[in-house]
Amino acid sequence: MAECIECGADVSLHDDLEVGEIVDCATCGAELEVLATDPVELDAAPELEEDWGE
Amino acid sequence: MRIGMLYSRIRRDEKLLLSELRERGHEVTKIDVRKQRFGLGEPPADFADLDLVVDRCLATSRSRYVTRFAAHYDVPVVNHPETAAVCADKARNSLVLAEAGVPTPATEVAFTKEAAMEAIEGFGYPCVLKPVVGSWGRLMAKIDSRNAAEAILEHKETLGHYEHKVFYVQEFVEKPGRDIRVLATDGEPVAAMARSSDHWLTNAAKGAETEHIEVDDEMRDLVETASDAVGGGLLGVDLMETGDSYTVHEVNHTVEFKALNEVAEVDVPATVVDWLEARAERGVREAVV
Repeated sequence: MAECIECGADVSLHDDLEVGEIVDCATCGAELEVLATDPVELDAAPELEEDWGE
Repeated sequence: MRIGMLYSRIRRDEKLLLSELRERGHEVTKIDVRKQRFGLGEPPADFADLDLVVDRCLATSRSRYVTRFAAHYDVPVVNHPETAAVCADKARNSLVLAEAGVPTPATEVAFTKEAAMEAIEGFGYPCVLKPVVGSWGRLMAKIDSRNAAEAILEHKETLGHYEHKVFYVQEFVEKPGRDIRVLATDGEPVAAMARSSDHWLTNAAKGAETEHIEVDDEMRDLVETASDAVGGGLLGVDLMETGDSYTVHEVNHTVEFKALNEVAEVDVPATVVDWLEARAERGVREAVV
């Protein structure tokens, strides 16, 4: 578990969490980037950019 | 082996690759390109002693430059920067496919809205206007009328980044409600899927339904030729069915494969890592496009 930086709700996390992964807050819907895993540190994910994707 | 993975966001695709690489005992260095600085001399410390670096950057712009720097530092990189440069640009992509004799939709590029309108009227309605850079089906326009064409061209010219003033106009291909994605390593198909949707865009990112399909001989030949045309590597080749044949509309260089892995009969990340191991062993040859 970690705390959503947007709404403060608990965010449930997978066991295989990776730095750089994006997780969603089930409460407010915010996209959060994993900055660290031990301990877990979250920040707001970067906004979608025009040249992203394959 | 020592593998570097260039990224700015870890998607399901990267997790699948990381898991497979680690399970095989490879030493993996995740390199967040947002934290790197690339000079003209020595490579960044994270690049030291890597057997291979795999570009998984989400942003096309970063992908194009970071692969070029990796090659400059003589670090073998997948995909090769020339492959990245060609695949990142739909106009260059179309040119190399046409030059290789790969069937590809009729395409015209124009630089002003007046010339673009002539191209559109030449194709007739509907036709398709695409950004030269972009993905996930964004900013793609199926143009059904002159009124729509005029509005879209004016919006692009007024509001768009300069790259949106390169007007890439393409014939509309009457595909049977689906297109085909083949994941290939140096032209050898790993697996293929059909992406079906009621919408004219059938990108998996747009929610298209996916199903496994077999690679037939014609598809195999086209994928090999298209891969060679862009310089080879780990690629996603997109095809549309045109009656009893195919047309290749683009080749993708930082291919996503999570949707394919869910429907494929092979273990896609394992097959990709098999290929990465082989590439690392012999180094990565130069792309020739």
